[in-house]
Amino acid sequence: MRYPFTGISADGALSFMIELLHRMTALLPFEWAQYAFMQNALLAVIIIAPLLALLGCIVITNQMTFFSDAIGHATLSGIAIGAMAGMADPFWAMIFFALLLTLTIELLRRYSSASSDTIIGLIMAFAVALGVVLLSRGGGFARYSKYLIGDILTITPPEIGRMLILVVIVIVVWLTRFNSIFLTGMNRSFAISRGQRVWVTETVFAMLVALVVATTIPWIGLLVINSLLILPAAAGRNMARNLTGYVSWSVAISLASGLAGLIISYYLGTATGATIVLFAFAAFIVTLFFRKR
Amino acid sequence: MTERNSASLFHPRQSCGLCCTRLTNFGVKRGNIPIIEKINLHVHCGELTVFIGPNGAGKTTLLKAILGELHHSGDLHFFQADKKYVKKRPRIGYVPQKFDFDVNSPVSVTDMFAVTLSNWPACLGRRQNISATAMRMLSVVQSEHLAAKRLGELSTGQLQRVLLALALTPTPEILLLDEPTTGMDPAGAALFYRTLSQLRKDYDLSVILVSHDLQVAARFADRMLLLNHTILRDGSPHKVLADKNVMEIMGLDFTSPDSLPENNFAIHDIRHRECDTHLPEYPPMAP
Repeated sequence: MRYPFTGISADGALSFMIELLHRMTALLPFEWAQYAFMQNALLAVIIIAPLLALLGCIVITNQMTFFSDAIGHATLSGIAIGAMAGMADPFWAMIFFALLLTLTIELLRRYSSASSDTIIGLIMAFAVALGVVLLSRGGGFARYSKYLIGDILTITPPEIGRMLILVVIVIVVWLTRFNSIFLTGMNRSFAISRGQRVWVTETVFAMLVALVVATTIPWIGLLVINSLLILPAAAGRNMARNLTGYVSWSVAISLASGLAGLIISYYLGTATGATIVLFAFAAFIVTLFFRKR
Repeated sequence: MTERNSASLFHPRQSCGLCCTRLTNFGVKRGNIPIIEKINLHVHCGELTVFIGPNGAGKTTLLKAILGELHHSGDLHFFQADKKYVKKRPRIGYVPQKFDFDVNSPVSVTDMFAVTLSNWPACLGRRQNISATAMRMLSVVQSEHLAAKRLGELSTGQLQRVLLALALTPTPEILLLDEPTTGMDPAGAALFYRTLSQLRKDYDLSVILVSHDLQVAARFADRMLLLNHTILRDGSPHKVLADKNVMEIMGLDFTSPDSLPENNFAIHDIRHRECDTHLPEYPPMAP
């Protein structure tokens, strides 16, 4: 793909930007800042952490924490089917399955009388079991354990480019639908009285969450992705008195724990995703003491 | 919902009393069981119409069906004052019986106005005209001092007044209130109804109110309807509450206070005939 008139290819522009950021990072007076994998990881954290925090704010107000956790686990079946289809990178299979399961959950929520919890639990149980059965054929499950823990240090520039596309999608949905989504989560009847199409809004947002979770799982890890989604927003809630404060605090806390977790995990040699989550949890505990109510 | 200029958001309409909402053979079923049925009704603007009825009579169901949250049989038509157009979905303001929300939610009163009036994300800071509109509408319900408060900090009475202000922005064609004074002290409830009574005159609103508080409702209502699966009585509060059978259906022993004003029920009768005779059966739909 080339941008019109300039003759610059999209890939070219992206690698130029990443190269520039690498050079800037290398100016930092730290040992870790000199390695390309850490420079990539740093960039990825700066992108992923605020993204997850933004979505987390809504996931918490709309009481979707079980959903986001379930959809993360359910991507196991996407990984399995992608692997069976012979894909080296099951990215598209994960996305496809996450979106398919989300749509199934939302349709069931609309047309069946069972409670949301039951429906989500049911779909998750099926998808996880299917994933584990398929991946464990011939005792090969260990090969896929990297998806459970995640490894942000292996992220490559094209994959960072993928994240940037995700950022654009999230920002567009955020700018156009934030108020609808927030209102729907706050009180459904009230949202309907304000002319909101609540089912469409809920489904669009659930799919956005599924998209972001499925895209970030290889780097953060299936086991802890939901914590990273929820903890910064939960901490932000303790500090805020209005929506602006809520979102700003959540993004700031997420970014701070992301950077701290990345750097500390480098020195300790631990899994980055889980280290970040520990920092976010610590931030949550600290904010409990600063609660303004 | 697009952002309108703030002037039109709250501008009182000229009182005409000629627009009306007509329910024809209106009914709601849950499964195969009818909750409410065969409801034929005109509601006029500038009038405070109160629904009373025993528990399980279908009062909340009726409101939710008018709101569009429940599917209904029969028709709902809203006739605009100029009688040129009929709408199937009038603009509705709604004050719920109990506004369930997470009391820890970091959302301020002004945030609620920003979220409902504009598409611009409320978390990215407010626009000047939204804050101004919020203050103006809060002043209508005597609650300017609550603008910066968190929604979870408000008392029951304060929250209901804020919800009323929200329901009035932009000015609705029908205002639905479902037992809005539940949990309020008598003074708070009286203030709420006084405000409401003034508003329906100033804004020429069709107000439909569901209430258990017969004393207060009788004092402020223009018209009272007894609902028990269908409409059993329809008339001035004086007439409805004087009926011995009504009290039996309500399971109450309530004697109508003698001082109950006759209100403007005579006007209502005139309006009712206008709505029937002057309006063409089905004017063209609103564009």
